[in-house]
Amino acid sequence: MNSIQFLLLISSALFSLGVFGLLTRRHAIGLLLSLELILNAAILNFVVFGRLYGHTHAHAFALFIIALAACEAVVGLAIVINLYRHRKTVLTDQMQLLKG
Amino acid sequence: MPSAEIMTDAVYYGLGFVTLMAAVWVVTLRSLFRAALCLGLVLAGVAGFFLLLHAEFLAFIQILVYVGAILTLVVFAIMMTERMSVSAEIISRRRVVVAGIVSASLFACLSLATQKVLWPHIREQDVVSTAAIGQQFVTVLVLPFEVISLVFVAVLVGAIAIAAKPKSSKRSA
Repeated sequence: MNSIQFLLLISSALFSLGVFGLLTRRHAIGLLLSLELILNAAILNFVVFGRLYGHTHAHAFALFIIALAACEAVVGLAIVINLYRHRKTVLTDQMQLLKG
Repeated sequence: MPSAEIMTDAVYYGLGFVTLMAAVWVVTLRSLFRAALCLGLVLAGVAGFFLLLHAEFLAFIQILVYVGAILTLVVFAIMMTERMSVSAEIISRRRVVVAGIVSASLFACLSLATQKVLWPHIREQDVVSTAAIGQQFVTVLVLPFEVISLVFVAVLVGAIAIAAKPKSSKRSA
């Protein structure tokens, strides 16, 4: 098997596992973990194709994705901790404050 | 040299196996703390792939930012909300089956689409050097680079504003 194909297979497997986690987890932090899996699959794809075609922007995009993933994790965890403090829950199906 | 090629293939497959096993654990383990540790294994595996693809700078950034910063943060958050996570993961079997079907079909679609294409082979001269990335960041990509730092400031202020304890009014909902 070509190494590109193997890496693409790994990346799509990571993405599908992340989707599986997003659909099954109830804990809000568990959802964040699955989201990190999905972002890593995207980064891996960027780096593979950047290596294949020798393009610098792929690496730059991967760096931007890592930076934005850090931001997303910080804000998400702040929201989770605040929610835990006020509502005493971290389960996504019990967060119904905005439910009409 | 065939023996070197076999070695490289073995490294690729071993790394892929470890990464995928850890990814399965991330989404299936009951204990969220262990799932977070397995996420660290996945991130390290992806960093290993970056090293194999001659993206050394990204590999170190991945270890530094993801494993060093984000994972530590996640572990702290799990510890702070630990009382909830014991009984959290009781989900219906039907939901697991549906999610499994969805993600398996997604994987089948993606892999069928990418495996049939004949990709060109990786050439040695296409390695992206760290110097070139730095050059890009101060010339072509200087605007996104600055915007990212603005986003960092906004996130810092926002996270503090959200997570800070209100001083006087103690709300207990």
